[in-house]
Amino acid sequence: MKSTSRLGAWVAIAIGTLYFLLPLIATFEFSLKMNRDGYSFEAYKVVLADPGFQATFGYSTLMAVLTIIVGILLVVPTAYWIQLKLPRLRPLVEFITLLPLVIPAIVIVFGYLKLYNSSSWLPLTGNERATDLLLMCSYVTLALPYLYRSVDAGLRAIDVRTLTEAAESLGASWPSILLQVIFPNVKSAILSGAFLTFAVVIGEFTMASLLGRPAFGPYLQLIGSNRAYEPSALAIIAFMVTWAAMGLIQVFARNARPARKTA
Amino acid sequence: MSTSPDSLTHRPAPGAGQIRKGLTLSSLNWLGVAPFFLFALLFLILPTTTLMIGAFQDANGHFTLGNIARLFDDNILSAYWISFKVSAASALGGTVIGLALALAAIQGGLPQWIRPTLMTFSGVASNFAGIPLSFAFLATLGRMGLVTVLLRDYADFDLYSTGFSILSFLGLTLTYLYFQIPLMVLIVTPAIDGLRAEWREACESLGGNSVAYWWHIALPILWPSILGSALLLFANAFGAVATAYALTGSSLNIVPILLYAQIRGDVLHDQNLGYALALGMIVVTGLSNAGYIWLRSRAERGRE
Repeated sequence: MKSTSRLGAWVAIAIGTLYFLLPLIATFEFSLKMNRDGYSFEAYKVVLADPGFQATFGYSTLMAVLTIIVGILLVVPTAYWIQLKLPRLRPLVEFITLLPLVIPAIVIVFGYLKLYNSSSWLPLTGNERATDLLLMCSYVTLALPYLYRSVDAGLRAIDVRTLTEAAESLGASWPSILLQVIFPNVKSAILSGAFLTFAVVIGEFTMASLLGRPAFGPYLQLIGSNRAYEPSALAIIAFMVTWAAMGLIQVFARNARPARKTA
Repeated sequence: MSTSPDSLTHRPAPGAGQIRKGLTLSSLNWLGVAPFFLFALLFLILPTTTLMIGAFQDANGHFTLGNIARLFDDNILSAYWISFKVSAASALGGTVIGLALALAAIQGGLPQWIRPTLMTFSGVASNFAGIPLSFAFLATLGRMGLVTVLLRDYADFDLYSTGFSILSFLGLTLTYLYFQIPLMVLIVTPAIDGLRAEWREACESLGGNSVAYWWHIALPILWPSILGSALLLFANAFGAVATAYALTGSSLNIVPILLYAQIRGDVLHDQNLGYALALGMIVVTGLSNAGYIWLRSRAERGRE
């Protein structure tokens, strides 16, 4: 009885491993074949030396960092305030932060184009800087579900009220309560939300493409339709970036646990 | 939540760690959440609402149901149908395979390291969607893909002679499974963890075998979670643009790609029909998400 169920479990894991590793192996193998006379990292050299890669990857990295900063400044005070003063609003705020998972990104950006076109009351698509701002806000929107959930879970794990009252009784102002008491206590939750946001934003295609900004996602698509070996190299690079972001989440989550126990 | 008069005290009892409901709501309190609501209004709610209104207007801004009626044109209806099939197939496959993997890793009696490895990998793979994923599958199952070539050279089997194509319904479904299965693993794991060992022991001590345990105990407890997860996976696939666009270009007529092409180049030659198309997408993903939330709350209530 037991051994047959264990065999079934091994079979399931083996098939799963095969399905998930084959595309990675195939992509990696293909990315090495740019030189006719054998395997080489030529495709990676070509990609990394491409000014288009550097420019778009840099642009998307900057966008991701700005998204994370603005997202944290928006989400942490809100989640804190909801927890401390307005718990009745929690279901509403949770519902709103879930909406970006319900409304497809393409629909949201279509709405932006209708609402903020160059002849509207707030012409955010009028010039490049304004469109960058709109793109960043669209990324903050996409990141809301991940950021809010992770920060809210972090805040629930600490005693927000006691910490706040202790800081207040020592004469701390609101900004210093947030920055010096609350932020450090939910640092690992914020960081895991931030890395997830980075993974989502770095290769995002729909928003950037339809807002016409030179991000990494549209660059990937362009290379994909024009080149043979570079797309595979880019896919491996993108996979490693995602893996790095998820790996860092694990590291911070592991570091946070013992710290919380001793506190 | 009803608010009784004596709960309207401004400060809780000293030392109370619990947050009291129904604090006095001064305008200052509301100011604290104002930036969030302003942001949500500007970048989430207003843009979506304006599309929904546009779906019921003609080019001159008058009320009409004509756009909605045109969603039932053959071309658009078939796009919704293909989208539905791809989403349903990848949701079904993702649910079954993801559940099997999660069960194997958690309850299969495998070595300890399997579970955290599967979880970490699922976190990565569920976020490895979009354009790089389509590159990976082209390198695997495309015409010159590794698996296609290996099958041809060593097994003497020409995958493409069977009518298979990575640009087809089956190809797109196989590709979507790459992020659907890990997503299922991540969302169903807490439910599986909720199955208590005592329940299995109770079943065994009453003479029940493994089949009886799964059929009469585990599945009835798990099914709201399983069905809810399937709905979430469905919505997840229905709204995806990038993977399909990079994989098939415009050759596969699914709704997100039709909408993408419409926004890029106005292929329908009717802006308001585009709004109706978007509204149709929100209705589909909204209904499946509502189903997910309802089933999840049922599952949580059942566990208490």
